[in-house]
Order: sequence, then structure tokens, then C-alpha cells
Amino acid sequence: MKSVEDPASSNASTTEYGGGPSAATLVDGREGDQQAGLPEEKIASSPAPAKRAYVASQRQLIWWRFRKHKLAMLGGIVVMLFYIVALGADFLAYSDPQDSNAKRALVPPQAISLFDGGRLSPHTYPVTGTRDLSTFRQVYTQDTSQRVPVHFFVHGYEYSFLGIHTDLHLIGASGAKSEQSIFLFGTDEVGRDIFSRLLVATRTSLLIGLAGVALSVLLGVILGGISGFYGGVVDTIIQRCIEILRSIPTIPLWMGLAAAMPRTWSIQSVYFAITLIISLIGWTELARVVRGRFLQIRGEDFVTAAELAGSSNRRIIFVHMAPLFASHIIAATTLALPLMIVAETSLSFLGLGLRPPAISWGVMLQQAQNIQTLAFSPWMLLPVIPVVLSILAFNFLGDGLRDAADPYNV
Amino acid sequence: MLRYITRRLALGLFTMWAISVLAFVIIQLPPGDYVTTYIARMADSAGGSAGVQEARLRTLYGLDQPMAIQYLKWIGQVIQGNFGMSFDWNRPVVDVIGDRLVLSMVVSVGAILFTWVVALPIGIYSAVRKYSIGDYILTFVGFLGLAVPSFLFGLVLMYFGFVFFGVSPGGLFSANFETAGWSMAKILNLMQHLIIPCIVLGTAGTAHLIRVMRANLLDELGKPYVVTARAKGLRKWRLITKYPVRVALNPFASSIGFLFPQVVSGTIIVSIVLSLPTVGPLLLSSLQAQDMFLAGTIVLLLGVMTIIGTLVSDIVLMWLDPRIRHAG
Repeated sequence: MKSVEDPASSNASTTEYGGGPSAATLVDGREGDQQAGLPEEKIASSPAPAKRAYVASQRQLIWWRFRKHKLAMLGGIVVMLFYIVALGADFLAYSDPQDSNAKRALVPPQAISLFDGGRLSPHTYPVTGTRDLSTFRQVYTQDTSQRVPVHFFVHGYEYSFLGIHTDLHLIGASGAKSEQSIFLFGTDEVGRDIFSRLLVATRTSLLIGLAGVALSVLLGVILGGISGFYGGVVDTIIQRCIEILRSIPTIPLWMGLAAAMPRTWSIQSVYFAITLIISLIGWTELARVVRGRFLQIRGEDFVTAAELAGSSNRRIIFVHMAPLFASHIIAATTLALPLMIVAETSLSFLGLGLRPPAISWGVMLQQAQNIQTLAFSPWMLLPVIPVVLSILAFNFLGDGLRDAADPYNV
Repeated sequence: MLRYITRRLALGLFTMWAISVLAFVIIQLPPGDYVTTYIARMADSAGGSAGVQEARLRTLYGLDQPMAIQYLKWIGQVIQGNFGMSFDWNRPVVDVIGDRLVLSMVVSVGAILFTWVVALPIGIYSAVRKYSIGDYILTFVGFLGLAVPSFLFGLVLMYFGFVFFGVSPGGLFSANFETAGWSMAKILNLMQHLIIPCIVLGTAGTAHLIRVMRANLLDELGKPYVVTARAKGLRKWRLITKYPVRVALNPFASSIGFLFPQVVSGTIIVSIVLSLPTVGPLLLSSLQAQDMFLAGTIVLLLGVMTIIGTLVSDIVLMWLDPRIRHAG
């Protein structure tokens, strides 16, 4: 049975995955020869994917290997969700992340009640703060006699998304006063809504990470490439520099560099400087990966053949070698991203990175440094969750990509 | 072996030089220089301006000369043990740092020891009981440990310590030992307070080392000599601890080279979160106050001590591992 089915399924798969017609016939011909000479059970034991693999392109092979990695797939999905949130941060937020109001400082997180007397009508209750006279802390009580209705697609604060100015938000409360809002994750010391801030912070932290990684990739690929392609003295010098950089405790160094930024700089300059500083940490690993792959590929026959055929260096690198290590660079980049995110978070946490009014995870966590505040309002620690979650997701994704990109890993 | 040592020493010296340049750059980076800051401070306290004095000070410190000469002057002073003055404290930098630097190193080394003590048995367990429930749980915990930045871990721990025990697990000494001289009791007290910082700092490294150990040991366990030894009747655990573990240990031990700089880095932030009396909080406050001589000195000394630590561990390792010893 199997031997009859197999060629058909392999044919189907070649057309399905778009292998070139010439390659397909060639492989099919070889398979036919093999099948003729092989005993029955051996054919039955060879699974259909193995045959599909003969004609699959490099990219497909990587994708198949990656798909087997359940955790990596999960990581990939979480990373995508993070970027979707980052893109739509303003749309998903329901109150202005900069809008402070002392009357609603440190409001605890509040759930949205979905039903009102058996009818679906999402609402929250307005809170009123009173000062506890023995501890002098603001204590909030919910007024359950009133309702603050929660609606979809509500007009709120204005923002611009991809050049469109709008004030539309996914959800929102239509309360008259600012105390009559939703506080999904509570508010901070000056009464800014933590949920909305967290969304906007996600955008900042992920974008800074991306920009930092882009710079590091540029540095790593250029220096690693030079090191691996030319070898000799240049290689030795670059490798020594990398060794030195890796043996230095980096945090005090970034702290020093970050602290040297003048306080008068605009937000944009600070963003740029921080990106530059954090990109300085990631490139060494990338350069090592690139150099290793370069050295490995350089010895291959097809590179020699291209050289003998008179190809220029540029053509050899970009046409013949680059496709082979592109996937490795992508994997190494994914693994470098969490480093960047942690770097930005820790610098901002120390007050040396981004400064308010910029909002990032680190800036938000800076408020959580005070143990007294923390003890009575633990929701200030909430930014820890996206930090850890994103790092985990990027690590799983990167690990999976790295394994998938390695052709010798079965 | 001698060639290897001289090569490592040369690289180490070169790295130290590179760090000194970086430290000097950090001192020089903020706008203005030593004298501007000094004059500003004088003007703040005395209220008068000091134009003549400014010029005199400038020539005295050689600030009117090119950068390279300034660097040479500075490094010359540093080698003699003079690190300059701290503006913020109005005392020599050396006095301000005091034994904070030693405590920094104590915390870092403690964290490394913790890492080893925890990672070794767990790594062996995960490799020997591959794909068991315990292995999966430990791998997951390891991943989590890798993903949580140490200062966040410290922050969360501090919160739980406060909520459940009513104390914040900060500091390195109890109140009665804080100003006391060094004694056995004080060292014991320090040991007790070291536990939490070591856990906080060591977790990330531990997670990494468990994975290294597990992979290495799995490679070794599959080799024919293990099967032969088992077939000849050697007890399982005796065999594992005597042969494969020993071989798998080498890359494990060499990981100190990159672990140590990371832990020293981590100590800075964790010390700030847990308010440990190490150089961490001092570095932050000096950077915020633009007290650059203090900051530069801390960066320099931390870097140099890290390199010496790595160097010593490398040489000891080489002495332990015949493969490196004979390769030269």
C-alpha cells in the first residue's frame, strides 16, 4: 500500500511547495531507481517528509525544522503579539498615559464587571479617595451604587497613528470626571493609569531594542565579516578587541556613558544616545557568529569555484555566501534583542537612561524602587511581567531559530 | 605552559590599559572639567568668584595641555595610588571607596560560588535523568532564571521579604555591626546577609551553567567508555562522578571567564536595589552628582579587579586541566 502511495504524495508535495519542475523530475527519477532496488519494508519505513526534503528550498527546510519546536513557535506568537501591542499602543490604551491627577493617585487595580443584573453591560464603579488619618495614606472605596459604563470604540485623548490623527480607542469609560475611569492595573503615584502607560512603554522599550539591535547587527556583520573574510592581522586585532570588550564589566561603563549625557538634551537625542550605548553591548556576539560562519563557508568548494571563475569579492560575499549565514544572523539578532531590552530597562531604572516624560518599562519601574510605596501598592511592580515575558519569548524564538538554521541538527 | 601564561598576562595588561583609557574618557565626557566643577563648588559655598584661582588651578592640574598629556599625568598619579579628590564628599577618592570595593568583590565571588554549588548537582541530575519530569521542571526554572534580570528579581524578592517577614533584605550587616571593626562575629554576620544577594546575582549564571553542564555531560555519557565501565560492573553513581563528570567539568569551570565580568556588572545594580554597602550605590550617586573622579576610579578599579580575577582563574584552570597545560 505504502509503496504505491508514496510517489504520489511526494509529487503532490513538490507541486504544493513549489519546487522547480526540473529539480522535481530529477529527484523523482532517482527515487524511482531506489525504489526498484529496495525491499518492501524499507520503503514503507521512509516517511514522506524525507522525500519532500529533497526538493525543498533552504528556507522551507528551516521553516519545517522550526515548526517542530513547540516552545519556539509559542515564543514567536508572543513576540508578534508584543509588536502588535506596540503598534496599536495608543488605540488599545484608554486614558492619556501622561495625564496625572492627584485625586486618583495609587488607585488599586479594578476589574471590569461584565454583567449588570443579568444583562451584558460592562461597567466599573467610580472610586472615591479618603485620607486615612492614622497612616495618611489615600484609601479608595468603590461606590457600587453608581456605574461607569465601559464601551468599545470610544473617543478619548488624541494621538496620531501612521500619520492619521484620531482620538478613537478600543475601550473607554464615559465618565464625566477623571476619577470615573477604568483602572485595570491601578494608577501610579501621580495618578497616571498604569495599563495605558504599560502599553506605551511596550512600544518604547521594544523599539529601542530593535533600533539597538539594528545598529549592533550593522557593527557585528561588518566587523565580523571583515575579520572572517580577510583573516590575518585584521582578524587578530578585531578578535582581541572583542575579547577585551567581553572581559570588561559592562554595566558600570554604560552607566558612565549614559550619565555623561547632558541633562539639557531633547528626548530624541536621549533616545538616540541610549540606543547607541546599548548597541555597543550586543555586537561582539554577532561578530563572533558571523566570523565563525564566514571562516566555515570560506573553505567550501563552491567559494573556491566562484573565485576561480573570476567573481569579485563582493559577488562572492553577497551572492554565494550571504544566503548561507543570513538565517544565523537572524537567530543571533533575536537572541541579542532581550539583552538590549534588559540594558535599556536597567539604565532607565537607575535613572540614567530614558527620563520622564518618556515612558518605558525601566522608567515605570523606577517608581517601584521605594519599598514603602511598593509594600502598599504592589501593582507598581506590574511592568516586571512584560519584561520577563518578552525576554522569555525572544529567547525561545531565538533558540528555535538557531536550531532550525543549523542544517546538521536533526 | 609558560607561553600561555605570558600570552594571557600580555592580553590582561593590554585590557587594563584599555579600561584605563575608557575610565579617563568617562571622567572627561561631561561638559566642563575638574576646575569648572571645583570653582562652581567654591562659588556655591563662599559666594565669591575666583578667576585668578581658576587659571592657577588649570595650570596646576595641566588642564590646558593636550588630552594625551592629561591622560599620562592622570595615569601616573593613579599608579602611585592617588586617584584624585571626590567633590561630592570632599575627601580623597580612596577614602570614600574604602572597603566597599572589597565587599563588592566578596559579593561577586560569593555569587559565583553559589552558582557552582547549585549548578553542578542540578546539571548532573538533569543529564542523568534526561527527559524526566524533574529535568523538565529544572529546565523551565532555568529558563525563567535566565529571563529575569537580576535587579528585577531583587526588587520582587524585596517586596515579598517586606510583605511576609516585615523586613527588607537589604544591607550586608546588622545594625550593630555596621560601624564595628572586623571580627569573627562580623564576618559571620556578613555571611548571613550574603545569602540573598548571592541568590539574586547567581540565578542567571546558574541557569546558564546548568545548560552547559547538562549538554557536556550528555555528550560524555554516550561515549563507549561509560558503557564499558558499566558492563564491567562499576556502580552507576561512582562511575558518573568519577569519569564523565570530571571531563564535563572543564568547559564548566572555564565559563568563569565570562561569568565573572557579568556578575561584577550585576553586583552594581543589585547593590543599588538591595542597598548593599558596595561600590554600586556609590557609582550611581557619583554619576548623578557628576563626581567624575570617583566614578572613573570605580570603573577603573572594578575593571582591573575583574581582569585580575579572570586571569587568576584562567591560570588555575590551566594548571588543573592537562589538555590546556600541554597544548601550550
